[in-house]
Amino acid sequence: MAILSLAFKSLFNRRFTASLILISIALSVSLLLGVERLRVESRNSFANTISGTDLVVGARSGAINLLLYSVFRIGDATNNISWKSYIKFAEHALVKWTIPLSLGDSHKGYRVLGTNQDYFRHYKYANKRALSFNQGQPFEQVYQAVLGDEVARKLGYQIGEKIIIAHGAGKTSFTLHDDKPFEVVGILKPTGTPVDRTVHVPLEGIEAIHKDWIGGRQVAGLNISADEALEKNLSPKAITAFMIGLKSKIATFRVQREINDYRKEPLLAILPGVALQQLWDMMGIAENALLVVTALVVAVGLIGMLTVMLAGLNERRREMAILRSVGARPGHILLLVTGESLLLSLLGIALGLLLLYTSLILGQPYIERHYGLHLPIGLPSLREWLILGLVGTSSLIIGLIPGYRAYRYSLSDGMSIRI
Amino acid sequence: MPQTAAIQLTDLRFGWRKDLPEVLHIPELEVFSGERIFIRGPSGSGKSTLLALLAGVNLPTSGEVSILGESINRLSGARRDHFRSDHIGFVFQLFNLIPYLSVLENVALPCRFSRLRKQKATGSGKHLYDEAMRLLGHLDMAHEHLIHRPVTELSVGQQQRVATARALIGAPEIIIADEPTSALDSDMRQAFLRLLFQECEETGTTLLFVSHDRQLESQFERHITLDDINHARQGEQ
Repeated sequence: MAILSLAFKSLFNRRFTASLILISIALSVSLLLGVERLRVESRNSFANTISGTDLVVGARSGAINLLLYSVFRIGDATNNISWKSYIKFAEHALVKWTIPLSLGDSHKGYRVLGTNQDYFRHYKYANKRALSFNQGQPFEQVYQAVLGDEVARKLGYQIGEKIIIAHGAGKTSFTLHDDKPFEVVGILKPTGTPVDRTVHVPLEGIEAIHKDWIGGRQVAGLNISADEALEKNLSPKAITAFMIGLKSKIATFRVQREINDYRKEPLLAILPGVALQQLWDMMGIAENALLVVTALVVAVGLIGMLTVMLAGLNERRREMAILRSVGARPGHILLLVTGESLLLSLLGIALGLLLLYTSLILGQPYIERHYGLHLPIGLPSLREWLILGLVGTSSLIIGLIPGYRAYRYSLSDGMSIRI
Repeated sequence: MPQTAAIQLTDLRFGWRKDLPEVLHIPELEVFSGERIFIRGPSGSGKSTLLALLAGVNLPTSGEVSILGESINRLSGARRDHFRSDHIGFVFQLFNLIPYLSVLENVALPCRFSRLRKQKATGSGKHLYDEAMRLLGHLDMAHEHLIHRPVTELSVGQQQRVATARALIGAPEIIIADEPTSALDSDMRQAFLRLLFQECEETGTTLLFVSHDRQLESQFERHITLDDINHARQGEQ
């Protein structure tokens, strides 16, 4: 269209200012989309932490607390649950599988999880993806350990290496179970979940290192060596929590009720999906605040454009008068000036997308390696298209402001040129 | 020369606002087709107002503005804009050109808004820019080194010639020139006028030349002083 080609030439004539506006719009658009994508992906990865597990059971406390310590390895359990209770439900007629979890120790800041081989068999994340090994295999003996991807990578551990477990969950612990080292027998592939940051050992291993401990303290004079411990009964008396997979999903609420009503011990069974949702809703405020801030950055970019357009308008009254004299209608003037803003912001959006994908392609491996977050490089989602549409629409509305002013000028000035 | 009226004003009255005195009252003015008329008026004499009325940018308070037999005061705003772009070419005093367009784009500009003038300009199947070049050639502007230069780098005289080519493209029936020579020195002024006359004569274009410069008066076949025909001014004094 004739007028839009004029708009383009007019912008090109002011290419220095125009490119500055272009850059600010492009940067703000790519920031907005980047934050949106990060938000969606972190939410997905959060929801991907656990999959295929119907119930998580722990000592009675809060649902979110239970989810945090059992699945995310954040915080501590209020209490343990007895092995007897675990066995009772593990052997329940409606239960297909269980995974016992025993927490409380750590290795160089990474949580140590006592479990059994069912963990490697039944634990699923993302879209029901099972754990798989990068190297080695599951533990088979008491003093063996399987490392999550990040633990092995950050600490530079290889198969066959001996590691020492510290008592308690702190990064630096003064009480080490240094008499009973564990041999690394397997390293898991990255999952983008807390599994990557976990050291997995057999339940019997946890039992063995605490054989000479009572009430969280090593008993003076009572030293039981690693080999001696193996002779003792290592079947656990208590665990921290366990996960349940049911034979049929329909039974979920029935089993949940049964566990919650269990008389011999105060237990809590939660649906991990529901608790995840609750937890995410709590974090939703921060997430929304971030989105609002980036939306404001886009607004600042567009207001910058408005400022430049309005400031230049007075100098362009002569141009408008000339255009009027050669037959441009006031509507043409409106279209010309609004078209310039629209053209700028559309170019800005396109450049912003380019910037986003360039940084995604460049940053993806880094983010995946350091934050365990996989950012897929796909076409913009519906929501992202909506955001882009919103940016485009706002720029059109903002562009109408100088457009309308130019329209008013051209009506009042006509062809008379005021210098 | 056929004596049909290119411009006819009948009992034209104009005031900016009802409570202010009238700026213009012209009982009658007739400009014939193909005529070259000089309208002299010092600044502030209502000259710009008259041109705005002739162009259909402003509407008279009362009376009739007839251009080429069309009462343009009865047309809608859009139709007046259309009519103007089809039939009238303009040359102004200074800075006539769109700074971000090339010389050729500036000359061809009216054809973006008027299909009629585009048809006329490209009538014999030639390219619009060829016609622009032809007109620039007549105005001694068709030099490669000139037409590829940004218009802002042309001298004032060169800019005025480009503006004249723009007014002439697509052969509009009327050309209105508003002080087109006031920024030129006297030699250039003469050369410019000669070229303008030559072009108008060739195409039979009516030329309405508005200026305050008495020296130019004698070169026109007819001259009018605005104050003589504008009764509003006389009444005021």
